[in-house]
Amino acid sequence: MKLLNQTLRYISIATLIIISIWAFIFYFIILREIKNSIDEGLDNYKRQIIYNFQKKSGIETKTSFDEGFYTVEPISKHSAFSIRDTYTDTLLMMQDADDTSPEPEPVRMLTTSFEMDGSYYQMRIINSMVEEDDLVKAMFWYFVWLYLILIAGIIFTNNYALQRLWRPFYRLIQQLTNYNILKSDSFPEVKTRTTEFRDLQNAVRTLLAHNAETFEKQKQFISHASHELQTPLAIAINKLELLLEDENLSNKQTGHIADTIRTIERLSTVNKSLLLLSKIENKQFFDNRPVCINDIILQSVEEFEEFAAYKNVKISIVASDKLMVVMDESLARILVSNLLRNAIFHNIAGGKVFIEIKPDSLSFKNNGLRQALDSQRVFEAFYKDAANTSSTGLGLAILKSVCHLYRFNVNYRFEEELHVFEINF
Amino acid sequence: MKILIIEDEPELSKVISESLAKEHFIIETAVDYNTASEKVFVYDYDCILLDIMLPGGTGIDILNELKKTGKDANIIIISAKDSLEDKLKGLSLGADDYLTKPFHLAELNARVHAVLRRKKLEGKNTLEYGNLTLDIERRQVSINDKTINLNRKEFDILEYFLLNKSRLVTRTALAEHVWGDNIDQADNFDFIYYQIKNLRKKLQESDATITIEAIYGVGYKLKEQ
Repeated sequence: MKLLNQTLRYISIATLIIISIWAFIFYFIILREIKNSIDEGLDNYKRQIIYNFQKKSGIETKTSFDEGFYTVEPISKHSAFSIRDTYTDTLLMMQDADDTSPEPEPVRMLTTSFEMDGSYYQMRIINSMVEEDDLVKAMFWYFVWLYLILIAGIIFTNNYALQRLWRPFYRLIQQLTNYNILKSDSFPEVKTRTTEFRDLQNAVRTLLAHNAETFEKQKQFISHASHELQTPLAIAINKLELLLEDENLSNKQTGHIADTIRTIERLSTVNKSLLLLSKIENKQFFDNRPVCINDIILQSVEEFEEFAAYKNVKISIVASDKLMVVMDESLARILVSNLLRNAIFHNIAGGKVFIEIKPDSLSFKNNGLRQALDSQRVFEAFYKDAANTSSTGLGLAILKSVCHLYRFNVNYRFEEELHVFEINF
Repeated sequence: MKILIIEDEPELSKVISESLAKEHFIIETAVDYNTASEKVFVYDYDCILLDIMLPGGTGIDILNELKKTGKDANIIIISAKDSLEDKLKGLSLGADDYLTKPFHLAELNARVHAVLRRKKLEGKNTLEYGNLTLDIERRQVSINDKTINLNRKEFDILEYFLLNKSRLVTRTALAEHVWGDNIDQADNFDFIYYQIKNLRKKLQESDATITIEAIYGVGYKLKEQ
């Protein structure tokens, strides 16, 4: 959910609660105000009526509200003194303009008493009151409108303000998304006066600078590690090679030296493969151009021809089309030769390798162990079957790493007694 | 023939010297940048083996300076860095070859002979041993002036042996040279045995005076009978 919508959700809920409570309080305030003002009006009427009576110097007794808004009845002196001015809410049958028959309508009634020419009278004056349910209804709609207008206003302001205020933030995110430690030579930068965004930007830049530094150090480390390991390996192998040329060695001694050389060479191979793996992952090969996989396969098959013949493995290629892939050529070679070596190396005597080239995929099928490998772990570094100690266990990890770099999909399956490695480009 | 080995690792320098001395070259060594640049400018060498990472400077600096002075020497870079960038940079600065550590002595030997031969071409581009002649350019082998048929790999094997006359060539060195780096995993290079057997047969049938001797379990040596 976007920040904008989240803020809006909280604000609209809060506004709804505040407006509802306010509407409730406001209703009673308004009602009291209305009654106060009606009561003042009734008081005025009272004085006006009494004044009229005095001017006409005669009082007509009037016991019902039929054609007026007051009643006058004579009462005893005693009861006159017991009456105080009281305002009451009551109902009276009335017929408004919009009513078809008389209906009980709420009225405000003032009951009072006065004395004129020695006689005492009781007077009741009425004034029609606002109907409460009408008031509630009207107020409800007013508040609904107020709420809607407020929300609309908030959405508008929010949109505008948020978009304006958060612009540096979104720009920073955009730049961070596009940031690539290998390719970008400058860190994300946005102009802003907002302290928080400045802090964020500083934090991000510090983090990236640290990362870039670590990355650089790691690259240097790999390069140095290579130098440090390769040279002693070179010395060891070369010294033994010189030693082998000594004519005075016995066959047994020669054999031991040869074994030692082979062991060191294995070490050297592992070291080279690990370096290659880290180079691939660091995108140090990335000279991408269209590469014809068919040609590379033919060259690779030629390279492995004698090895395959020795292992008595037959290789057949079925190409339905030319497979062109945009990638680094040396990586394409590494990819193909790893697949092929794997297919020959783990094959059985008299086994076969089927290479199938399609316009967008490449598959290698080979005989081998008559059971499926662990498809989850087959691409892991140093995963190898116990019987085959001579493999480095890095070939398929390198393959996977190349595929990962280019987002090719590589998978393994065991199908019709064949181990199948398939790459979808 | 004078060869200068510029390599900061004394043990490696020593083992290379010893190996090249067997080829009757005159060897000099330099272990840091200053000694190296001094020697390079004072004396003339037929071939310089140049390490990239040196105390006090880099091999690339030496290449740059050599290029400026226009001195003519065959330079083989020997580096632990197997990066295409460095390789291209070195070659564009006038290096003749680039060898990545660790290498086999046979490989180094072959490369040194190859660059030296290229320089002193004098119109002929052949390797000769006994009654066998190998024409590098035309990829032809003849024994007693009679051409024999070899496939690409047999030719490469023979060429490699001829660049390492009477020297031990391990099977690994041979495999890496002829079949390339990609074949490295195959710890067992027994398949080479069959290649050698075929080559030997062809040499014998044509009455060659040279023979490929097997060194038990390790490799081979080309010898004159």
